[in-house]
Amino acid sequence: MTGARVADLDVDPAEALLEVENLRTTFFSSDGEVHAVDNVSFHVRRGESVALVGESGCGKSVTAMSIMRLVSAPGKITGGAIRFKGRDLAALSERQMREVRGNDIAMVFQEPMTSLNPVFKIGAQVAEAIRIHRKVSRKEAWKQAGDMLELVSIPDPHKRLHDYPHQLSGGMRQRVMIAIALSCDPELLIADEPTTALDVTIQAQIMELLASLQKRLGLAVLLITHDLGVVAEFCERVIVMYTGRVVEEAPVHSLFANPAHPYTRGLLRSLPSIANIDNPGRLATIPGMVPQLTALPRGCKFNPRCPDVMDICLGLEPDLMPVGTGHNARCYLHGDQADPARIED
Amino acid sequence: MTTQAPILNPGKLLSVRDLRKFFPVKRGVLARVVANVKAVDGVSFDVARGETLGLVGESGSGKTTIGRCILRLIEPTSGSVEFEGTSVLDLEPGDMRRLRRHMQIVFQDPYASLNPRMTVGTIVAEPLIIHGGLNGAERDERVAQLLQKVGLSPDYRKRYPHEFSGGQRQRIGVARALATNPKFLVLDEPVSALDVSVQAQVVNLLQDLQAELGLTYLFIAHDLSVVEHISTRVAVLYLGKIMELADRRALYDDSLHPYTKALLSAVPVPDPTVKKTRILLTGDIPTPLNPPTGCVFHTRCPIAQFPICKTEVPPLVEHKPGHFAACHFAGAPLPVAQP
Repeated sequence: MTGARVADLDVDPAEALLEVENLRTTFFSSDGEVHAVDNVSFHVRRGESVALVGESGCGKSVTAMSIMRLVSAPGKITGGAIRFKGRDLAALSERQMREVRGNDIAMVFQEPMTSLNPVFKIGAQVAEAIRIHRKVSRKEAWKQAGDMLELVSIPDPHKRLHDYPHQLSGGMRQRVMIAIALSCDPELLIADEPTTALDVTIQAQIMELLASLQKRLGLAVLLITHDLGVVAEFCERVIVMYTGRVVEEAPVHSLFANPAHPYTRGLLRSLPSIANIDNPGRLATIPGMVPQLTALPRGCKFNPRCPDVMDICLGLEPDLMPVGTGHNARCYLHGDQADPARIED
Repeated sequence: MTTQAPILNPGKLLSVRDLRKFFPVKRGVLARVVANVKAVDGVSFDVARGETLGLVGESGSGKTTIGRCILRLIEPTSGSVEFEGTSVLDLEPGDMRRLRRHMQIVFQDPYASLNPRMTVGTIVAEPLIIHGGLNGAERDERVAQLLQKVGLSPDYRKRYPHEFSGGQRQRIGVARALATNPKFLVLDEPVSALDVSVQAQVVNLLQDLQAELGLTYLFIAHDLSVVEHISTRVAVLYLGKIMELADRRALYDDSLHPYTKALLSAVPVPDPTVKKTRILLTGDIPTPLNPPTGCVFHTRCPIAQFPICKTEVPPLVEHKPGHFAACHFAGAPLPVAQP
């Protein structure tokens, strides 16, 4: 069974909030069909923070949008299931999905300025989110909106309700987005690069806020990011994507201590890091470039750039192979075919 | 104001003193100036030949404006810029153009900084055409050389920017900047828009070129990790002023200014085993339209004391050899957030 999870001893069906199974999202263009998400499977447990990590074009954002059923034409979910508390979201009607969005699963995006409506007051936008899912009066919704702004640590929250988005800074707007997202008490928050557009000290504030909300509300968070630093500080588990597939998944400590897939290793080695005590003169790089999805190589998609490539890598694409507890890698260096000598770093 | 002679370095290529750039805000029918955005407010530093000076800061710090003022892409409001002893701000247009042969810039956005209607060959050749001195065939040869130098095939001359990835376009920008054999390069966030693995390639390229061609860099960025990797010395900017200036190791290992410490603690480290003492700054970065009085950082500073921090601008003072900080309480320990 290609692409299915292996050696995932930890998943208790009762605990899995979200189970993505063999998801495929295809874009139909004049250049042909492109699978932006190809056979992706992973899960998120209640209250867990999971990172979907990868570089541009790896499919992480499209995966998030697929879960929320927000993929627009020419893209379409063409395979797999997205089970949220047992229910397959991919099979729901748009009307049913609207009940889920905001209520059960909420999403926060990268650019808070374009996510907020510039001609409406903040209060109105938070209250709108509340009134979509709950039967409360306008007055009550505004009060709850004020409470939400307080929850996200906006100073003078009830006064800020009357501000317009342009009167707030980037960090404040992102807090408002989080408030809107959490206003109906969802169990899962999907955050797509929530701090990429923010300054570093503001980023720290927002990540701190998300961490504390996660603890207080028992919120599960699926964090989409390219920033491995944020992943290390905030997430419990990591899923690494490349050309639309999952290439490695692991608990955060395992991933950083023992990266199994050559792509992950390459990524980690190419990071300049302040914590890097023995500072190499040159950064280790991954040779070559990410291939276009319209021109993927045969076999393992990473093989043209892989320092450990073997003949078998050029034939059939590998499945996810077990590396450790909860740790899998889509690589022939691991699993049955593994040659222990080659795994030596 | 804050000029201190010890900032001078022997063998200095560039010398900036009291640089100021204010953008006037005009209101009303008569377009009266009602306020000024103080983008750069009294910045002084030197850049030694062959070094890389990192300019680090968040939004509103003025780092990009400084880079542009040095090259006179924006005219400063006041202050002085000396390049190899020549006063840059006093030059006539003709002389300025000739000087620009020696001072070039690589921009942040690889998608906006290349003219989409020009071939790569023409883009890289443009500085050579402007400054003259080579005939068509010689230019073509030079363009081929430059492309190879940045790791691109000379065959790419005939192609257009849209055919390339972000990392490749950034290389084209670097090739263009090197066309006239400059001594000094302003690198304005050259890798911020690139993926991590591509960043590493471009950073390596920049370092290799610096070693090979003896270039001097002013490296402007908000990404502290990259700045620390590539810089010799680093200046930390906040609301148009320098907060701290030191050797890169001293800045990262032994910072004196509370803003620097907070900035360093805010950078997420890709290592889950590293336990950091989190210094969280409260509030937002104030607007340079109405910067705080006294020390511009006092509104968010965890160790600010009043009235001094609110009323007196701290001068940039050398606390240790080569290590400058603008703080009334430089080196004082910060209260750490409870875990």
